[in-house]
Amino acid sequence: MNKKEWPLWEVFVRSKNGLEHRHFGSLHAADADMAIENARDVYTRRSEGVSIWVVQSSDITASNPEESGELFEPAKDKVYRHPTFYELPDELKHM
Amino acid sequence: MDIKSLEDRFEAKIAAGESIEPKDWMPEKYRKTHIRQISQHAHSEIVGMLPEGNWITRAPSLRRKVALLAKVQDEAGHGLYLYSAAETLGITRDEMTEQLLSGKAKYSSIFNYPTLTWADIGAIGWLVDGAAIINQVMLTRTSFGPYARAMVRICKEESFHQRQGYEIMLTLCNGTPEQKAMAQDALNRWWWPSLMMFGPRDAESPHTEQSMKWKIKRKTNDDLRQQFVDITKPQADILGISIPDENLKWNEASGHYDFGAIDWDEFWQVVNGNGQCNKDRISAKQKAWDEGAWVRAAAVAHAEKKANKKQKLSA
Ligand SMILES: [Fe+2]
Ligand SMILES: [Fe+2]
Repeated sequence: MNKKEWPLWEVFVRSKNGLEHRHFGSLHAADADMAIENARDVYTRRSEGVSIWVVQSSDITASNPEESGELFEPAKDKVYRHPTFYELPDELKHM
Repeated sequence: MDIKSLEDRFEAKIAAGESIEPKDWMPEKYRKTHIRQISQHAHSEIVGMLPEGNWITRAPSLRRKVALLAKVQDEAGHGLYLYSAAETLGITRDEMTEQLLSGKAKYSSIFNYPTLTWADIGAIGWLVDGAAIINQVMLTRTSFGPYARAMVRICKEESFHQRQGYEIMLTLCNGTPEQKAMAQDALNRWWWPSLMMFGPRDAESPHTEQSMKWKIKRKTNDDLRQQFVDITKPQADILGISIPDENLKWNEASGHYDFGAIDWDEFWQVVNGNGQCNKDRISAKQKAWDEGAWVRAAAVAHAEKKANKKQKLSA
């Protein structure tokens, strides 16, 4: 008997139009069509969604937490990217 | 980085209340503890469908039937959320299934009790889901991210489970004397096993200290059990049936209910495989696994065929 496991899929659901698809979880399915059907049953039993994306988990490239330093450190000292960096008088309104 | 400093960094993160995510470095014991705990939790959801499934075809009305069907379907969903949370730690779904079938992995011993009457469905929703909710609400703040997120989703769904169970009890208790007696009988049989769901007393629970330190658990077994008793006693009073414990009394000084001693021999008997339904539960799961083998294989074959066809078309 074929002992191949069904691949793992990541499920993204748009809960209503106007909102982005958000990661909801994962599930196993033999192919993409089945993944969407299973996602409907597993993640939207109470009308939690209007649209589903599925992507095979093995197709996702993730950043490595060990390298978070190199990756995210450069943004840390750039306070001038935030509005609060700029010193303006209190009486200035609407800015 | 050497192990010692990785460990220090991990402990500091936990102490600061940060979540641990699957790709973060974690001590091997933290990983193993989670694989064990999350997979056993998943197995409990899955095996837990069996005692209730027993009554779906015999539910007394269509209203009760659709509710029970939806509840059991939710429990399947809970099992699936939890299996995928465990998979992020490097165990496969098939490995977990094999561990359940071989008996290597346990599931909650409550599901080794039989559902003898319709009132048992009421008692399970009220007491068993009630106890599970107390445990699971605590776990929404557990330190491992995927486990905590699965718990948030599960807790949102559990409330209906308990309410539908309590409504069954309420209907029986407002019914004929025979129906009320049936509700009382179910409470008598499910009360003590429900208290056992919180696990051994703190003094006899070897994992508690480490679990609290790693913020896997936020409250001890005894604290959770006390919380359950305090919440449930007034609910039994509303039903007008009595909890089968002559030592259950309000304690003015402690602000909690005192309650009688739990039969821990029974608990360990059931955990170790000698409950009334242990064999039935595993053989039902084994049968489903074996008889589903061709379906799993056929789905893979179908997917491969479709993928080949698509490739040919685009070639
Ligand atoms: Fe559940
Ligand atoms: Fe439930």
